[in-house]
Amino acid sequence: MAKLNMVQAVNLALRQEMKKDKRMVILGEDVGRNGGVFRVTEGILEEFGEERVIDTPLSELGIIGTSIGLAVNGMHPVAEIQFSGFLYAPFDQIISHAARIRTRSRGRFTCPMVIRSPYGGGIRALELHCESQEAILAHTPGIKVVIPSGPYDAKGLLISAIRDPDPVVFLEPMRVYRAIKEEVPEKEYTIPLGKANIVKEGTDLTVISWGAMLKYTREALEKTNYSAEIIDLRSIKPLDTETIINSVKKTGRCLIVHEAPRTCGFAAEIIAQINEKAFLHMEAPVVRVTGFDVPFPLYKLENYYIPDEKRILKGVEKVMKF
Amino acid sequence: MVKKALETFKVEYLQVLDTSGNADKRLMPELSRNQIKELYELMVLVRTFDDKAFNLQRQGRIGTYIQVKGQEASQVGSAYALGPKDWIFPTYRESGALIVRKHPMHMLLQYWGGDERGLKSPEGLNNFPITIPVGTHIPHGTGVAWASKMLKEKVVTMTYFGDGATSKGDFHEGLNFAGIFQVPAVFICQNNGFAISLPREKQTASKTLAQKAVGYGFNGIQVDGNDIFAVYKVAKEAVDRARKGEGPILIECITYRLADHSTSDDASRYRTKKEVEEWQKKDPIGRLEKYMRKNKILTDKYKEAVIQKSKERVEKAVGDFEKMAPSEPLDIFKYTYAQLTKELEEQMYELTKGEL
Repeated sequence: MAKLNMVQAVNLALRQEMKKDKRMVILGEDVGRNGGVFRVTEGILEEFGEERVIDTPLSELGIIGTSIGLAVNGMHPVAEIQFSGFLYAPFDQIISHAARIRTRSRGRFTCPMVIRSPYGGGIRALELHCESQEAILAHTPGIKVVIPSGPYDAKGLLISAIRDPDPVVFLEPMRVYRAIKEEVPEKEYTIPLGKANIVKEGTDLTVISWGAMLKYTREALEKTNYSAEIIDLRSIKPLDTETIINSVKKTGRCLIVHEAPRTCGFAAEIIAQINEKAFLHMEAPVVRVTGFDVPFPLYKLENYYIPDEKRILKGVEKVMKF
Repeated sequence: MVKKALETFKVEYLQVLDTSGNADKRLMPELSRNQIKELYELMVLVRTFDDKAFNLQRQGRIGTYIQVKGQEASQVGSAYALGPKDWIFPTYRESGALIVRKHPMHMLLQYWGGDERGLKSPEGLNNFPITIPVGTHIPHGTGVAWASKMLKEKVVTMTYFGDGATSKGDFHEGLNFAGIFQVPAVFICQNNGFAISLPREKQTASKTLAQKAVGYGFNGIQVDGNDIFAVYKVAKEAVDRARKGEGPILIECITYRLADHSTSDDASRYRTKKEVEEWQKKDPIGRLEKYMRKNKILTDKYKEAVIQKSKERVEKAVGDFEKMAPSEPLDIFKYTYAQLTKELEEQMYELTKGEL
């Protein structure tokens, strides 16, 4: 079995699905000849040709808007938005249309498409190249939001996303695109959407994270003596509330770490679920360590914005010492 | 020094039938007498439906309604050019095109009566649901046409929008993709002179809307949108060309809404009575009638029968609409995803049991 990074794992998933599903097309800016700015689609044009790997104009709304049409008429588009910060223009297409076509047509038309987009900070990038919009997306009924934290999951989750009958936004944490290598089987496998992963079992506290923050949260926790149960959400929507509730009922304490801004961040929804379903089991208020409620800073200051080891450990102490 | 013209363009305008009902024989599209009667009957049916829907709104029997009145030739003439498997992408003003495309009238009333089930295109008909935000469906028309090309289906899309939509980014991005990928898409811009209150001259400094197509590498043509022959001729040629793989086209239909923007609007705030009266003289139905009389296709008796039959059909649709079973409250959950999520199951329970 090969050790792959996330870029290679996503590439492998795309190739395998392209082989299997003749109606799948990949489209986006620089995804063909250039292989994508992160090289995620490298070599796919050469293998499948220009009719199925399409370099589009620089036009995010056009990419998503026409992908909706492609999906409605029987194709399976996997669109790439080069950086998730460029999703704001096509948000209108995602929220007003992709998410509603099934409802609006009472199931007569559907929109099985995937929007892949590198997201999050930590790579010294330009403004609007570091956004984390999972909560905004998850707030929209009708779409699914999936975030892998490593190469193995990336392959299995992406294949599930491509086969899903509903529109899926697949956010790829670019900070760990090449920072993690894992055994990734060549053979095809899927990881179901809506199922969280208990990365490590523990008894003292539940720690929930996703995307790039999972790696840094795990590393921080290795420096404590607590027995932490670490949950990788994998899927923001649908949310695996059951796994979260079972875990916090066991540990009575919970820390949530995410990179997105705090107010109305996805931690808020998880806390609400814990309140509703496990309040009497809790020994301490749930603590969240998150990005701040500011526009993501340019790179000189980005390390002050993104939760780091020190802040994560402070969070651990806060929830444990209550 | 080199100085030369790299590109010049011309925009054609087409009128076949003048306001007195005289058709230019050289420009006349191929239409049998029966087809001309069919076009007339469809326009009368659309007008009858439209007037009835307006009255139903005023009586509180349906909610907000958007009238077609005055734009029947643009909608009937264009939709009539399509084949049975072709797609339309309508906006809220396209009751006319939807009726031509056999969307059941009682379902249109159901939709305007606040029931989403009315938008479900019957199986076998590719009538995309009405889009409420302006212009955002234009890329969908391009995308469906693109899929048709990829799948070698020879199916064409017809996307409807108004003059206001041409100011949206969606128009630009949708037409740009259509040009680059040479998809079988026909774009019908019904320029009715106003986007609610904003006159066309303030929408764009461009002399015509048709010429915007030039920037995307395909043809744009302007037609008299109240002339059913001109609209049909241009639309039919466009659909045939698109089906043959010759790419997209933009058709600007110059027309006028003889009604308010919507049942919540008062157009007298921004349009003069004189202007409306001038356009009433150009009414597309009256114009075709004059032609048909001159060519002995229409008699008073026939006209009366068409009006009577239209009224009966519309009354039947109203009856069917009002007899429909109300929607089940749980229906709101069922189409959010292919399968219900756990959250939605919980929320359904909350709605049915009244308990959290």
